[in-house]
Amino acid sequence: MADFRSALGGLADPQRHHEPLDVGGTDTAVLARFLESMLTIRLAEEAIGALVEEGLAKTPCHLAIGQEAIAVGVSASLRRNDRIFGGHRSHAHLLALGGDLDGLFAEILGKASGLSRGMGGSMHLYAPSVGFQGCVPLVGATIPIAVGAGLACRLDGGDAIAVCYFGDGAAEEGVFHESLNLAASQRLPVLFVCENNLFSSHLDILLRQPSDRIARFADAHAVRALTVDGNDVLAVAAAADSLARHARSGGGPAFLEAVTYRHRGHVGPKEDVDVGVRRTMSELTLWKRRDPIGRLAGAMLAAGMIAEGHCDALRREIGTRVAAARAFGETSPYPDATALLGAVFREQP
Amino acid sequence: MSAATETGYGEAICLGFEYLLANHPEVFAIGQGVWSPWYVGNSMTGLDEKFGRHRVIDTPVSELACTGAAIGAALCGYRPIVIHPRMDFMLLAVDQVVNQAAKWSHMFGGQCAPSVTIRAIINRGGEQGAQHSQALHAWFAHVPGLRVVMPATAADARDLLVASVLSGDPVMYIDDRWLYGRKSVLGPVVPRPLAGEGPVVRRPGRDVTLAGAGYSAYLCEEAALQLAGQGIDAEVIDVRVLNPFDPSTIVTSVRKTGSLCVVDSGWGPAGFAAEVIAAVVESPDSGGLRRPPRRVTLPFAPAPASRALESIYYPTVETVVASVRGALHLEKA
Repeated sequence: MADFRSALGGLADPQRHHEPLDVGGTDTAVLARFLESMLTIRLAEEAIGALVEEGLAKTPCHLAIGQEAIAVGVSASLRRNDRIFGGHRSHAHLLALGGDLDGLFAEILGKASGLSRGMGGSMHLYAPSVGFQGCVPLVGATIPIAVGAGLACRLDGGDAIAVCYFGDGAAEEGVFHESLNLAASQRLPVLFVCENNLFSSHLDILLRQPSDRIARFADAHAVRALTVDGNDVLAVAAAADSLARHARSGGGPAFLEAVTYRHRGHVGPKEDVDVGVRRTMSELTLWKRRDPIGRLAGAMLAAGMIAEGHCDALRREIGTRVAAARAFGETSPYPDATALLGAVFREQP
Repeated sequence: MSAATETGYGEAICLGFEYLLANHPEVFAIGQGVWSPWYVGNSMTGLDEKFGRHRVIDTPVSELACTGAAIGAALCGYRPIVIHPRMDFMLLAVDQVVNQAAKWSHMFGGQCAPSVTIRAIINRGGEQGAQHSQALHAWFAHVPGLRVVMPATAADARDLLVASVLSGDPVMYIDDRWLYGRKSVLGPVVPRPLAGEGPVVRRPGRDVTLAGAGYSAYLCEEAALQLAGQGIDAEVIDVRVLNPFDPSTIVTSVRKTGSLCVVDSGWGPAGFAAEVIAAVVESPDSGGLRRPPRRVTLPFAPAPASRALESIYYPTVETVVASVRGALHLEKA
């Protein structure tokens, strides 16, 4: 994969960074939370993939399997009063904040008990109680919205920040550049998080941009930026902590680029190695060896922080919760017909 | 002559801003040129000095990001007004207007809605050409979830701005530079819910119903005065609120007059005038129409620059009068 034009070098090279994480110096309880959170996202999304394969979910489901470390690492620096926005691939962003599994499954199944009352589906999730202010699939659309949330945070006068997750494709939208410039010129407390998975839909980043390093745009707009291995939850957490503190303390916006790779296709549960321009099974196999969960679990095992069999037990426990969430979604009622027109306008005469 | 002081439309907008900024700390204004009379005429004069540049924010040349930022702040409890000094340039922000502001309430099950006011100024004439001239209200009247208002009088310029900003929904407020000199006597501000506002009869009449929004409503009123001198008693309806559009006032009027002429500052095809006519024709007995309805709209061409062409491009009072006489089969009278 390492390309002669790759500015990311080893970060984009699937032959690198397979080793277990360096967990020395990190509190075991923190590591255990990261592991459980990433596994929860993984198992939830595998179950969502099954709903798609079984034909029960038709809503376009964009899975972040393989990318879990980013949402989990970033969320470790966030607080309940921060304002977090996502995009089309946001199940992980929601769950990493502690978003409700039952509500997520019900929403994906189009049920009235869903996070968006069954009106949104997979790509429109809403959970303000955990700080998640919404996600939408129009590429880059929540980036300026997060900038406005950052403006609100500043007008509020506290130290809350706004956060926006987006992919490498969003950097090709004009609004991305407008938003970085606006946030920088107004010195707004916004953390931009680019999950650079090296593909936008089917198309390789180096067939879309002259460089694969998205943080170069942050440099251009005088926004403090860090680029990290997005499959290393500790690297993500450390960078996010530093950047969030910068934004909270009045330093202006900050930009985190986390390099990763999705195991599944752009949409749906298939591994999608045939329609990609350069995505091959051998490349995917290499990337799976850089799996963020395996690298953390392996390190914790090697360091004696968890016992052999811990992950299996954890999987069973989480699997039970996920199965219950699926059952909740399946048994919940659909929205009433009045929902069709009921919330088009909020103000009634 | 009344002893009461009259206020112009542009100044009335400014009074609306002053009321909102003074009484609602969650209100702020953001947009290009809001510190400059070059962009916004006299409609925002002195607001930045009076209320501070943290609440009256002039911006980079980024319609899309600024509109999105206003929506984002609105989702966090603020009531921003994002200003587009020319509606033509606002097209760069359409994703945020149509896909975001208008849809968040519906697609999140009514749990949130951006209380944002998107102010679009129609600024045309003066040989400004095709990209400095458009009145595109019909596009936005098509979109569920977005309220659209077009004040025609100074009183409405102030009061519909206040109602828009205090609404729980996203609102596009469209004002017209050609109306900035139009004057009304203004009473004190009495906020009213926007959801309760709709078309009003500006002038009662028996012979024909004239309807329009914004500057077109003004044309209708002026045309009615001329028609009165010719023995034709026109009823004038100022549409005011285009989305959601309540046609009942117009339907009631047409049932009385039997004739309808709709004036619009946009184009005819798939335009707002067609929507008004359709609403009448769809009502029982075709709305009581005794004659085919008429539309007065722009020629189906972008705005010209040359004054020679401009003078025949925009509808005038005379165009409206001629159309009404045509509708009533009085052409040769």
